[in-house]
Amino acid sequence: MAVRPPESRVWWNEPVATGELVWIGIAFLWGLFMFFMMIYWHLEGKQNLSAEVYRVKPDRYVKKVEAFVEQYRIGDEGDTGYPLVAPPPGSDVYLLARLWEFWPVLQLEKGQSYRLHLSSADWQHGFSLQPVNLNIQVHPGLEHIVTITPTESGVFSVVCNEFCGAGHHQMTGRIRVVEPGQGR
Amino acid sequence: MATAAGEIGVIGGIAAKFRTCPVTALKIDLAAERLIKANAVAAVVFLAIGGVLGLLVALTRWPAVHLLDSDTFYMVLTAHGLNVLLFWIIFFEMAILYFASAVLLNCRLAAPQFAWIAFVLMVAGALLTDFTVLQGDSSVMFTSYVPLRASPNFYLGLILFAVGALIGCMVFFGTLVVAREERTYEGSVPLVTFGAIAAAVIAVFTIASGAIILIPTWLWSLGYIGHIDTLMYKLVWWGMGHSSQQINVSAHVAVWYAIAAILLGAKPLSEKVSRTAFLFYILFLQLASAHHLLVEPGLSSEWKVFNTSYALYLAVLGSLIHGMTVPGAIEAAQRRNGYVHGMFEWLRRAPWGNPAFSGMFLSLVMFGFIGGISGVVLGTEQLNIMMHNTLYVPGHFHGTVVAGTTLAFMALTYLVLPLIFRREVMWPGLAKWQPWLFGIGAGGISLFMLGAGTLGVARRHWDITFADAILSFDYPATAFLMLGLNGIFAILATVGGALYVAITVASVLFGRPVHERNALHALGPLPQRVVESGSSAQVGRHGSEGFGHLPGTYTLVAVFFVAFALYYFVNWKYLSELWPLS
Ligand code: HEM
Ligand SMILES: [Cu+2]
Ligand SMILES: [Cu+2]
Repeated sequence: MAVRPPESRVWWNEPVATGELVWIGIAFLWGLFMFFMMIYWHLEGKQNLSAEVYRVKPDRYVKKVEAFVEQYRIGDEGDTGYPLVAPPPGSDVYLLARLWEFWPVLQLEKGQSYRLHLSSADWQHGFSLQPVNLNIQVHPGLEHIVTITPTESGVFSVVCNEFCGAGHHQMTGRIRVVEPGQGR
Repeated sequence: MATAAGEIGVIGGIAAKFRTCPVTALKIDLAAERLIKANAVAAVVFLAIGGVLGLLVALTRWPAVHLLDSDTFYMVLTAHGLNVLLFWIIFFEMAILYFASAVLLNCRLAAPQFAWIAFVLMVAGALLTDFTVLQGDSSVMFTSYVPLRASPNFYLGLILFAVGALIGCMVFFGTLVVAREERTYEGSVPLVTFGAIAAAVIAVFTIASGAIILIPTWLWSLGYIGHIDTLMYKLVWWGMGHSSQQINVSAHVAVWYAIAAILLGAKPLSEKVSRTAFLFYILFLQLASAHHLLVEPGLSSEWKVFNTSYALYLAVLGSLIHGMTVPGAIEAAQRRNGYVHGMFEWLRRAPWGNPAFSGMFLSLVMFGFIGGISGVVLGTEQLNIMMHNTLYVPGHFHGTVVAGTTLAFMALTYLVLPLIFRREVMWPGLAKWQPWLFGIGAGGISLFMLGAGTLGVARRHWDITFADAILSFDYPATAFLMLGLNGIFAILATVGGALYVAITVASVLFGRPVHERNALHALGPLPQRVVESGSSAQVGRHGSEGFGHLPGTYTLVAVFFVAFALYYFVNWKYLSELWPLS
């Protein structure tokens, strides 16, 4: 019994039943498979998170985002008070996470790739793109650059999914995706 | 003498008071028994508090009810995590450690006065943290990621609690040494004790990580340290946060083996295999803090892949092995007991009316199917992109730590009451249903949170309608449905949890005392035992001897594996449809 010492003192050379061995073999191979699946996806898959990250002082990052907004602003997002910013395809795009908003509103073109910069001015936040359901952690002091390619047009939301204090549930952002060549 | 206050036994020159257990004939050190009781009682108290808080959280996340205001919600959520994940589970684990050492090894507890110091520190720490959270200015969640800052006593309470737990582990190790020196058992320690050793070794690692991160954070909250790196904090914090889940797994797997042994006379199919599987936990699980950091900036993919697969998923392999050997041991025992017909007579005619058995088996099934499968998927580097910080995460760990660990501990309680508290379980008719109510409730909240998470709903979030947000957003209607169903199953789980607390408290206070005469009866319904356990001449020395062919278990394991593989591939399919990302 499992609550008593093993009945034979030399338990380590007792034979193991075939069924048990087979299962251990299958489980081990499955583990190997799952391990190689992650590596395979790095080589062949299209959804891998970049590891391009730079240390940045939060106020420096804020300045960069402000300069970016200045450069590519095409108007306002309705009467929300948010600037609407339409950077050219292939360019560097900046999003600022801070208490409690993602700033500014971005307008991207479908099928084009952008180098999206993510960082926080204050606390940690969660970049959760909905309804795509793509989630990336955002840290203050770390500028994370991911290349992102929208595959559908429409209005997408960014929800903060890292608890960031009293206004966490008000913290949203918006990304508009338009057909190629439109809207600029 | 079962009921006398105890006799003085002289073991190794040191006097200890003990009684002899009428069921197992083990000598039970009365000091150990008192400590087991104290820790178990504290555990149940914190479960009661934490469970009510969990219900409040679930009712708030049910959009149609939306019970609490936002500040209270975040405070209650912080308190819920702390009270159930830390206080309930770890107090209960202390009781298990003392049980698996002193009781199972037939030995006195080393240094009971230190175990009492540990207990007092843990109670003081838990209360300090709880009161600090209730002040309202420490709603930082139990993870307390910097730069969120709680008041200093929040961290101090946790540090005291951890120091207490560390002392408890030392008493456990000390008891192992005493048992060896005083030769209170023959050969190797029982498998259950071995599992407890795995838990305690991991606990020491866990608490060390906790100290490394919580002490500086405490000093930071006091203003003595200027800055704590956010990523470094998470890395070390999860060295504690995740490893502590391996304590839970080791402990509840040990509990599965223990219940199967006590009720059915089950033996491990192979000591070697089961012990190696525990060893895998010790060797490979500490690396697992990585899978909480899969979408963090600043860590390389190589590091993530290596550490999440714990070097080729060897720790997952440990759980997959137990997932077969536990039901396998039960099947072998039941077949030996005469339930040999067809594939599943052994399972059908298992003592389902005994809450210790039904709780244990539900825990096994749900831990594997819900917690285990979702955990491996969640912990896969790229798949995590679709799940990080959504309700998928709490969905997963309510499958592991609620439907798995908590339910296993509840099941064990139905044996602890007669064997340690020496009280019959009150209201056996209700007790029979308790594991089902709680288990179905816990399974439900896990599944519906997994569902909501798959739809992208954020965790730790007060308002999924975003009523106060300037840039509005609507989750799909199914997400609202999921959260509604989550609320309903939360009520079910709470009823089951409340029943557990009521039965336990009532039995301790008013249960009929257990004597030699009613000792076996007090364990609840048992299956027929064709051969008495322990007479190794007839039953074979290890579990699989003569019963190596276990068709029922093979079938269960095959169903599990197919479900696992299908779900795994479905998620890669989803991922391939996501916006390209590099
Ligand atoms: C009546 C039983 C329970 C119910 C109804 C319940 C419900 C919930 C809900 C709805 C959440 C919130 C998810 C979110 O908004 O992020 C939650 C979080 C959590 N629950 Fe439970 N739960 C119960 C029992 C337990 C138990 C027994 C444990 C541990 C053993 C546990 C551990 C946790 C933890 C660690 C969190 C995360 C807190 C955080 O995100 O900081 N729960 N629970
Ligand atoms: Cu935020
Ligand atoms: Cu937030």
